[in-house]
Amino acid sequence: MLSIIKTRLKQGCRTIKFPDRGFPLPKNYLGKPVIKKCSKCQKCQTICPVSCISESNNGISIDIGKCIFCRKCFQVCEEGAIQFEKTYELAEFSRSNLIYSTEMKKQESLLNKEIKRVFGRSLKLRQVSAGGCNACEADCNVLETVGWDMGRFGIQFVASPRHADAILITGPITKNMELALKKTYDALASPKLVITVGACAISGGIFAESSEVLCGVKKFYNVDLYIPGCPPHPATILHGLLKLIGKISE
Amino acid sequence: MNNSEHFTKMRNTESRDLSKIPILKNSVFFESIKSHCSKGLRVSSYFSFLNSKKQNQLIIVLADDESSYFLVSSTIIEGREFPSLAIELPQIQLFEREIAEQFGLIPEGHPRFYPVRFHHSYTESDAWNRNKKHSIKPSVIDFTDVIGNDIHEVAVGPVHAGVIEPGHFRFHCFGEKVFNLQISLGYQHRGIEKMLIGGPDKKTLHLIETVAGDSTIANTIAYSQIIESLSGYQGITLSSLLTRAILLELERMANHVGDIGALSNDVAFLPTSSYCGRIRGDFLNLTAEFCGNRFGRRAILPGGIAFQLDTELLSRFKQRFCKIFDEFKSAAELFFSSTSTMERLDGCGVLEKKIAKEIGVVGLVARATGIHCDSRFNFPSGIFNFTQIPIVFFDSGDVLARALVRYHEAINSGKFILEQSSNLFEENKASSLFLDYKLKPNSLSLSMVEAWRGETLHIAITDCKGRFIRYKIVDPSFHNWTALEVVLRNELIYNFPLCNKSFNLSYCGHDL
Repeated sequence: MLSIIKTRLKQGCRTIKFPDRGFPLPKNYLGKPVIKKCSKCQKCQTICPVSCISESNNGISIDIGKCIFCRKCFQVCEEGAIQFEKTYELAEFSRSNLIYSTEMKKQESLLNKEIKRVFGRSLKLRQVSAGGCNACEADCNVLETVGWDMGRFGIQFVASPRHADAILITGPITKNMELALKKTYDALASPKLVITVGACAISGGIFAESSEVLCGVKKFYNVDLYIPGCPPHPATILHGLLKLIGKISE
Repeated sequence: MNNSEHFTKMRNTESRDLSKIPILKNSVFFESIKSHCSKGLRVSSYFSFLNSKKQNQLIIVLADDESSYFLVSSTIIEGREFPSLAIELPQIQLFEREIAEQFGLIPEGHPRFYPVRFHHSYTESDAWNRNKKHSIKPSVIDFTDVIGNDIHEVAVGPVHAGVIEPGHFRFHCFGEKVFNLQISLGYQHRGIEKMLIGGPDKKTLHLIETVAGDSTIANTIAYSQIIESLSGYQGITLSSLLTRAILLELERMANHVGDIGALSNDVAFLPTSSYCGRIRGDFLNLTAEFCGNRFGRRAILPGGIAFQLDTELLSRFKQRFCKIFDEFKSAAELFFSSTSTMERLDGCGVLEKKIAKEIGVVGLVARATGIHCDSRFNFPSGIFNFTQIPIVFFDSGDVLARALVRYHEAINSGKFILEQSSNLFEENKASSLFLDYKLKPNSLSLSMVEAWRGETLHIAITDCKGRFIRYKIVDPSFHNWTALEVVLRNELIYNFPLCNKSFNLSYCGHDL
């Protein structure tokens, strides 16, 4: 008993003051892309392993719903037209907002007042991994630890889909998980939300060309929240969830 | 031909011309596998590929832990059948089923002839004569039946209660006692091995990174060693090798710490559970300090490492590491000094050494039964050729042994990192430029790395143009899932979460 108390004192209170004080991101972390006008030399397009770069009016555009943040594009760019900010606020309500280009004027992500009213104080999540490599899953899991303590915002993972308000999907949706995913989705009571975490779940990511996967969730359900990354940082996921239920605004 | 010519001997990370790999007569091939395994060699990999004449060529890789050599040999299968060795050599059973599923060859006399991952074969022929036009339903097989009054069946998954990957477990119980557990996986099958054929290309490294997200570093090191070996690259610096080893040990610590936390959660000892959950995250954040990603993605490249080391980073790393290491020790000591939790782990889920050897268990599960099997020591590569981390092993083979192996390995890795990180120095050359490599044509290369679960083996075979015609990945989980089934026999069903957590095997690493 005494040793438990002693260890407790040593370990201290370690919950992060999120979102007020943010989270110190590592030096080499890549977040939001910032794109300048360029000569469209196509070097970045050629080297991108997931074909997330395409040409737009003044240069290029990057789709972070596909991007695995491999940093090859800005290493290869001689004009310095591609930079990545050190920000973790990447989650969006609409797929088109994940595409960044030079002239992009992002549509305001409008908070759905109905979502805030119904789920604002309590959001229970049923996570389903459908081919996820365990990195996205681990970054979801970590939100339940004392460090992030997602429960303080009223958000929790639950075991039964019957208890859940939202299904949180990771992985590129393997053919072998298609049926199980559908059954889980159907078991959620309405109104229900769909959250996709990671490049695989949003677009198939690195597995987009595999014959064994169905390339993300979009084909099946209306997605309410896209959380991009490979895998997304826990701060990105938590920020997205809080944004969804209107606990923070941009 | 005498016995030694039946196999070619290869060291870890060596590559060999395909013509130097013996092609034996079928009967000689299967006999010599049996005779070598009876002398204590292990099956590290056994797979098929379509050679330049479009024949099915079976390759066997046996590991000789004593001499640190891999014994490689092959044979060509003319028809659709090959003899199964599974009854005499249980450790080979899953490999035979994998060959059947991937290339449509039938292992005759296999006692458990089910698909492994439930996908269509790479060739025209299908071992179960399933129609290519129809989709395959996962886990639709004849499960082993246990018949009798009051026997009940418990089916769990594919979707589990926690935030984990999918898999199906079928228990047959009498009351709370489990008579039989059968595990059916394949839900995570993404077709990685098939996608790797024709590489290396711009996708290859990133596919390797996602083989198993929690073993990213081990897998990328194994892949990089293959490319370095096949391209004959000699320019890798000692500092890069050391950095790779430090990242690998960080990965091991993060996962071992997480598992100790998860075990204490399963026995409802909440202090250590909550501390270790956080400390695991801290170790991942340390990895991110180097490369920006918590799982070590974009950290390792063929040719070296993908980031720059500078003095500021190194001093900050060391400072933070000491603090986290200290916190881990205090959290774990609390767990292992609590009598009630130790009582719960002691004698639970026992795997006997004899059975472990029979089913070819590797990694920390093997070490917890007293088998001296650690590829950092037995098949060293990279910096482990020059420096060693002491092997940890326990004899009892129960959950407690697996927890203790984790604890002591984490401590040893921590000491290694503390000791070696002072040898790292500022290096300005990020080796991202190593892109235009040309691989030796018609060669076979193998590379083994001790991931935190156990040995991860990569084998690449190139065609006449130096492209992969086969890239085989053997995750340690592939060897170890059978052990979990065995451990549950006659165990109580409420001990399943604890046993499962003490193995903590990878679903995606198995399903690929």
